[in-house]
Amino acid sequence: MIGDISDMDNKILSAQVNMDDFIPATEEEKEYMVQMRPSSTFFKDSVKRLLKNKVATVCFFIIVLITLAAIFVPMFWPYAYDQALGVIPGKPVDNTFNDLAPFEYGKAELKRIEKGESVVPHIFGTDAQGRDYFIRVVYGTRISLAVGFFASIIVLIIGMTIGAIAGYAGGKVDLIIMRIVDVIYSLPDMLMVILLSSVLKVVLEGTLEGTVLSKIGSNIISLFIVFGVLYWVSMARLIRGQILSLREQEYVLASQAAGAKGKWIILKHLIPNCFSVIVISTALQIPSAIFTESYLSFLGLGVNAPMPSLGSLASDALNGINSYPYRLVFPALVISLIVLSLNLFGDGLRDAFDPKLDT
Amino acid sequence: MNTKTLMYILKRILLAAVTVWVVITVTFFVMHAIPGGPFVGEKAVTAAVQAAMEAKYGLDKPLGEQYLTYLGDIVRLDFGPSLKSRGREVSDMIFDGMRTSFKLGIIAAFIALIFGVVFGAIAALRRNKIIDRIIMIITTAFVSMPSFIMGSLLLVVFSIKLGWLPANGAQKNGLILPIITLSLYPMAYITRLTRSSMLEVLGQDYIRTAKAKGVSGVKIIFGHALKNSLIPVITYFGPMLAYIVTGSLVVEQIFAVPGIGRAFVNSITGRDYPLVMGTTIVLATLIVIMNLIGDIMYKIVDPRITLE
Repeated sequence: MIGDISDMDNKILSAQVNMDDFIPATEEEKEYMVQMRPSSTFFKDSVKRLLKNKVATVCFFIIVLITLAAIFVPMFWPYAYDQALGVIPGKPVDNTFNDLAPFEYGKAELKRIEKGESVVPHIFGTDAQGRDYFIRVVYGTRISLAVGFFASIIVLIIGMTIGAIAGYAGGKVDLIIMRIVDVIYSLPDMLMVILLSSVLKVVLEGTLEGTVLSKIGSNIISLFIVFGVLYWVSMARLIRGQILSLREQEYVLASQAAGAKGKWIILKHLIPNCFSVIVISTALQIPSAIFTESYLSFLGLGVNAPMPSLGSLASDALNGINSYPYRLVFPALVISLIVLSLNLFGDGLRDAFDPKLDT
Repeated sequence: MNTKTLMYILKRILLAAVTVWVVITVTFFVMHAIPGGPFVGEKAVTAAVQAAMEAKYGLDKPLGEQYLTYLGDIVRLDFGPSLKSRGREVSDMIFDGMRTSFKLGIIAAFIALIFGVVFGAIAALRRNKIIDRIIMIITTAFVSMPSFIMGSLLLVVFSIKLGWLPANGAQKNGLILPIITLSLYPMAYITRLTRSSMLEVLGQDYIRTAKAKGVSGVKIIFGHALKNSLIPVITYFGPMLAYIVTGSLVVEQIFAVPGIGRAFVNSITGRDYPLVMGTTIVLATLIVIMNLIGDIMYKIVDPRITLE
């Protein structure tokens, strides 16, 4: 009975295994079993969702285009933003360059054109001091974008640090920080910004002289300080809220059990998990910073002359608004375009990176 | 009203009081950080005013004592004389300006509220139809346009190109353009707010019940939907007034309206520090109180909302 193995081959209920089932798979069969879809990370998924959103994608390209133009156009454009074209050392001032309409030329330029030279046209005309207006708008865009970007980074760093500490430490530390946040949050921000920057401007003017920072200008630095002092609170609140819920997760407990210190847990576990919240609110912070900068520039508290920003260009344009309304229109259009695209892109980013979030 | 709501309101009032105190204190110490102090003006200040200032603020005394005198003065709404406008008290200048600015702000707020709610409701009821699309595009544009640009563009079009309305706010009908400028942003915002909350309310069960009972469309909208969808609009009450106050700074500048906003901006560019301090404190207190009222109203109107 024991030797009769061959008889049992075809019996269905037999415990005997069919050896054919254990032949190594051929390459073809292996190929068939491979996962059809490559594994995707959270980031990749989100980018895919973002690209599906047409409005956000178009806005992203507009922002990239404007940024690239703001960075590279001043490099090859023949005029400088602070160069009064009619003023050439050793010669009498040529007033024909002042207040040119778009695509008009100064006297000296007309002569050069007659000789057959090609002159780069003043696409947007020139201003009252004979400076090429196009390059001033481009340069102003560069300043406004840079201010918006760096101000948001400052807000991000301060808000993230304080929010993470408050959320992770809890207890008394959290209580004290959050009460301070409450008070700063309920301050009328714009009034405080105006007050602080008008005073800082005066205070900094003296101390900055001769240092590297004087090149940036006291006004922009005071703007950064004000942003650092006032605008971190919403970011801190956001991060704290996230961390409060995240720190109850099992992996934090596991990490603590393994002997990790607070700093390690915050940096390696909690902050990376707040990533989408951080990205979204930073993206939405940039347009609001640009907004604030242009508002302050409009009141004369923005960048130091002769440096232009979109707000100061608009404010200067008001003086000659009867004769040269287009000078207001150009910076106005650029500001609105930047703020609009950044806002819509930020909204798209929020939808893509945080699908759970109900808006 | 239960005790919990009462506690919340008390807490909220305390926070507002602390905020106002912080504003006053920050203003004082920031102003004293200016080299020479805020009351030591330039050549334009006469010796007599200078002497009066020194006597009034006790500039020779230690900073702490000066701070206490200053607090006492503020409680009595006494901000001292202006450095630039000879012989005028800052508090008089502020209250003069307030009269114009109040008119401007309140009318703008009403326009924003009424048109915002109407447009928002229309957009929600005609969701994804062409009129909804148009309203959304226009409001998106208005929301992303800074008030100073909006004001300047309106100025160019309506008073310079078309000549319909005066460019100067002190003239007859001169407040029309500033009011429109100030109301456009909050109006657009309220439109979007009303639209989204109305859409949410329209999806609720009790609306379906009303429809099933055979209640007419008009009754559903006015009797059930509108009231509940206005709750988020109330939260915007405080921020809207804050926006109108800060917006009025530039709008009054553009249209040369003789209001408090223009006084504030001029005091900053002219370094008239007593006026800067006075206007900052008055405007900030105003904003804080408005936010307080907005929050309390919200809490009372919607008992479902639990705030920490």
